[in-house]
Amino acid sequence: MSFVRACLDAKSHSTALLEAAQWAAQRLQAPLSLLHVLEPHPERAPLADYSGAIGLGAQEALLGELSELDRRRATLAQEAGRQMLQAAAARVAAAGQPAPELLLRHGELAEVALELQSDTRLFVLGEHARPRPTHRLHLDQHLERLVRAVERPVLVLPGERFQALVAFDGSPTALRAVQRLAASPLLQGLPLRLVSVGGSAPADLGQAQQQLEAAGFAVQAEQHTGEPEQVLPRLAAEAPQAWLVMGAYGHSRIRQLVLGSATSTLLRLSTVPVLVLR
Amino acid sequence: MNLHALRLQWLGNVRGDLLAGLVVALALIPEAIAFSIIAGVDPKVGLYASFSMAVVIAIAGGRPGMISAATGAMALVMVTLVKEHGLQYLLAATLLTGLLQIVFGLLKLGSLMRFVSRSVVTGFVNALAILIFMAQLPELTNVGWQVYAMTALGLAIIYLFPYLTKAVPSPLVTIVVLTGLSLVLELDIRTVGDMGQLPDSLPAFLLPDIPLNWRTVQIIFPYALTLAVVGLLESMMTAQIVDDLTDTGSDRDQECVGQGIANTATGFIGGMAGCAMIGQSVINVKSGGRGRLSTFVAGLFLLILVVFLGPWVSQIPMAALVAVMIMVSIGTFSWDSIRKLREHPPSSSVVMFATVAVTVGTHDLAKGVFVGVLLSGLFFAHKVGQVLRIDRSLSADARERHYRVVGQVFFASAERFVAAFDFKEAVERVHIDVGRAHFWDITAISALDKVVLKFRREGAEVTVSGLNEASATLVDRFAVHDKPGAVENLMH
Repeated sequence: MSFVRACLDAKSHSTALLEAAQWAAQRLQAPLSLLHVLEPHPERAPLADYSGAIGLGAQEALLGELSELDRRRATLAQEAGRQMLQAAAARVAAAGQPAPELLLRHGELAEVALELQSDTRLFVLGEHARPRPTHRLHLDQHLERLVRAVERPVLVLPGERFQALVAFDGSPTALRAVQRLAASPLLQGLPLRLVSVGGSAPADLGQAQQQLEAAGFAVQAEQHTGEPEQVLPRLAAEAPQAWLVMGAYGHSRIRQLVLGSATSTLLRLSTVPVLVLR
Repeated sequence: MNLHALRLQWLGNVRGDLLAGLVVALALIPEAIAFSIIAGVDPKVGLYASFSMAVVIAIAGGRPGMISAATGAMALVMVTLVKEHGLQYLLAATLLTGLLQIVFGLLKLGSLMRFVSRSVVTGFVNALAILIFMAQLPELTNVGWQVYAMTALGLAIIYLFPYLTKAVPSPLVTIVVLTGLSLVLELDIRTVGDMGQLPDSLPAFLLPDIPLNWRTVQIIFPYALTLAVVGLLESMMTAQIVDDLTDTGSDRDQECVGQGIANTATGFIGGMAGCAMIGQSVINVKSGGRGRLSTFVAGLFLLILVVFLGPWVSQIPMAALVAVMIMVSIGTFSWDSIRKLREHPPSSSVVMFATVAVTVGTHDLAKGVFVGVLLSGLFFAHKVGQVLRIDRSLSADARERHYRVVGQVFFASAERFVAAFDFKEAVERVHIDVGRAHFWDITAISALDKVVLKFRREGAEVTVSGLNEASATLVDRFAVHDKPGAVENLMH
């Protein structure tokens, strides 16, 4: 049996990954296996006691203490991993496909992949989403080591959208957009950057932030100087894993006729997906 | 080694390693001084050794997070060499120790550690603790009450200060407080400065000043061999302890070679031979040290502290060092081995106590471990020798006796094997089925021959069946046993 193995990970959102793996399994007529690897970090110390004193039975006491810490951490990680796998399995089942094999292993992803490659047809994994765009200079280490190690094809999915830039100019359209966003489950859980461009921050910026925060978003309000048509595409280019969210066509037709539409310009210039709220 | 693993070993735990390295360096200074005094050399010899051992092993060793420096186990071995031939011969012996260890490492002798049982390791550790404690006694005999008071105060600070705060190493507080007290009260007690020369500069490269001839080799070789063995033994055992504590693995052959390189380097800068330290490694792990950086930083800090604070270091009263060393000895001692004495099988306890007794008696850890390994081998042979059963049955007409041998026949059980047969019984035919027995050595085969011969003399006709299967184990071609199913075949 040669599996299509989807390497699930808490950091890379698994929706697209799972879909791609299901698709590949269907095309290859291969069974699907969902793998989650629990990575211990023995190179890091979980506790530090700088007293430098060792008493009777110090070794045994320290061993007991360290094992207990490891045990607690491993139990939590196992529980979380199992839940993630089961949620993914439920999604596969909901799509009407045969139940996938579920694998929960300790170790490093690359090592585990090496052990499993003999009965693997294709590895599917996502690049980890990273908080800062500068990190794009380096390939995700997990990914790179796995690709170097295994002798099987690897299907790599780019990191998913992990934040949303919400353009906010204080206009009624923008306020409505914020309300819609707060009420919708679409972007729930993603960190938001509430971006206002222009001379000074619109008076409602704070209120909009509060509204979004009340809806459970982590919101960072930003004020940039310049023209929205230039600044917003630039911000988006700096954060290629973002959504751009804006309320559309708020201004009068006459203004659009003279100045052109900010929305149209942004749609034309943006390198990231744009969510237009009408 | 791949780059990723190396990176993790150096930079996986930077903050923890830096702080732990500092804590370890502070505890290393009194130890290095104390062990120099045991060996009968100036404190600077031990301090230079601790610096170079730690720094070199951080780079060349196979067990990240383990601390190597000048140690008591090694110091005890070199006492007579220093006394009879002087420091230069010690430096030459250190060089030779390093070279021997490199050879041992390249020959992959680290794997021989599998013959050293847990009981021997425990015995070694306990003997080491006792020896470190005993080495402090000269500082505590024929001295005034002030020294006792100071030592007691030092121990009190070491063990009670952590209840106040764990942010400052309590051995450091002890040293500072006791040094301050002795200066303020102008106590007339021995200080580190009285014990010999301290480092006044960074170490420099130097060749041992000895005649290069056969006589020299004859003098230093026995010491170097013992030092090499003791050093590797303690290093391998410490590596095991660190492995257990951190739940990670280590590269033993690399560690052997690394110890060799470190000792060679140490010999060239005028330091005494050293090895891994159990107490310090435990302190390092406890303080949050995990990577190579912790060992490196410990060595570096030690040198910086000693070279720049030299005048202050010489003012440290010996009582403070004694207190720190008593703590190290208590912390090294395996308390579990005493507490669980009743749970353990008596043979393990005998092995443990024998290792301790021989080591403490001879001051030579290699001899102690040798006796321990020998004893545990004997006990094991005895135990396996018990795994032998001989069933017998008589034919209906009482003319034929059938013996069925199941189990292990070798030198330790051959006598029981022979004794199980009843030669007094008058039967016409004897059949011995050894198909489910294992004949491990020549002793077993000759025992069988003896049995057959005896029966023939009594007038019985003897047949033996299953000898081929039984003597399959006799062939020393272990490669055959590595194949899948080999163990099942043995258990037939």
